[in-house]
Amino acid sequence: MTGAAVQAKLWYWQRISAMALAVCVVVHLALIVLAARGGLTAADILGRTRGNVGFAVFYAAFVIACTVHVPIGLRTIAQEWLGWRERASSVAALLVAASILVLGLRAVYAVVAT
Amino acid sequence: MESTLHVRVWRGAKQGRYVDYDVPRSASQTVLDVVTYIQRRLEPSLAYRFACRVGMCGSCAMTVNGVPRWTCRTHVEKVAQDGTLTIGPLAHLPVIRDLVTDMREFFDKWTRARGTFAGRATRHDDFVRVAPATPARVAADAGIECIGCGVCYAACDVVAWRPAFLGPAALNRAWTLVNDVRDDGQKERLRAVAGDAGCHACHTQGSCAERCPKRIAPTAGIAGLKRLAARAAMRGDL
Repeated sequence: MTGAAVQAKLWYWQRISAMALAVCVVVHLALIVLAARGGLTAADILGRTRGNVGFAVFYAAFVIACTVHVPIGLRTIAQEWLGWRERASSVAALLVAASILVLGLRAVYAVVAT
Repeated sequence: MESTLHVRVWRGAKQGRYVDYDVPRSASQTVLDVVTYIQRRLEPSLAYRFACRVGMCGSCAMTVNGVPRWTCRTHVEKVAQDGTLTIGPLAHLPVIRDLVTDMREFFDKWTRARGTFAGRATRHDDFVRVAPATPARVAADAGIECIGCGVCYAACDVVAWRPAFLGPAALNRAWTLVNDVRDDGQKERLRAVAGDAGCHACHTQGSCAERCPKRIAPTAGIAGLKRLAARAAMRGDL
């Protein structure tokens, strides 16, 4: 696969993940407003999230969309603003992707697991 | 209208300075008129480039008060600020001397973007009939009037950030050929214009479309190239 093909695919996946994020962010903001009405203590929140499969699926999808979207953008910023070479910026982007995925899914698990 | 225009003109190459001149104002005076006056009456060694003077050849583009413009069709009264004009060479191109830039890299990128028509017909074939209203022909028409002045290239931030970026003009040219049903080099062209040095580097800021003196929107063509290239990449055709 050529470099151009990889870059074209990255652009495609960033665009697809942006579409998913557009929905996720709106739902997330609405959820914050709703959650604030039902009490904001840790016990209140965990009472709503523990064992909630819908919550788990939605936020796992949110984390995955971020995992795809953010590193591709950071890779571009590193290249254009910091002057990083393609290899260095791609490795850094992969590390960021792994971090977002692990930390994000761990956070989802922490509030959903009973 | 004030009787005198204060003009600051770049003298030198990469290293240089702005030199001040006073030029008499006249009705319907263009920025190119001003530069020509300075060269003929005040500073014979001033280097600048022009040919047609009517907005066809694309050779007289300069930076006027910080903005890239075609100087032969830019009226002084529309761009002078407080009776002052600051005129420099186009950005993002090496300066040869004064207001003359080296355009080789700009046009080399047209070649790199496969900006040449690749026909397959021979003299024995009949003319291809292309209906003017077909979507491809309409898309090609939207970008076909480019005069190669380099204004979009000088206005594009991505060119500054990524020196290898092909730039709006070369990609616009590629887009017009992508929409040419007679062209036989589409796969190679798509490969040439895809990726971080090509259409996918464009941030859609639209400076090229904002500044193009021919009112072309290279951003729209680049968006079309992105879609086609990404689709081809996902199919494994790139």
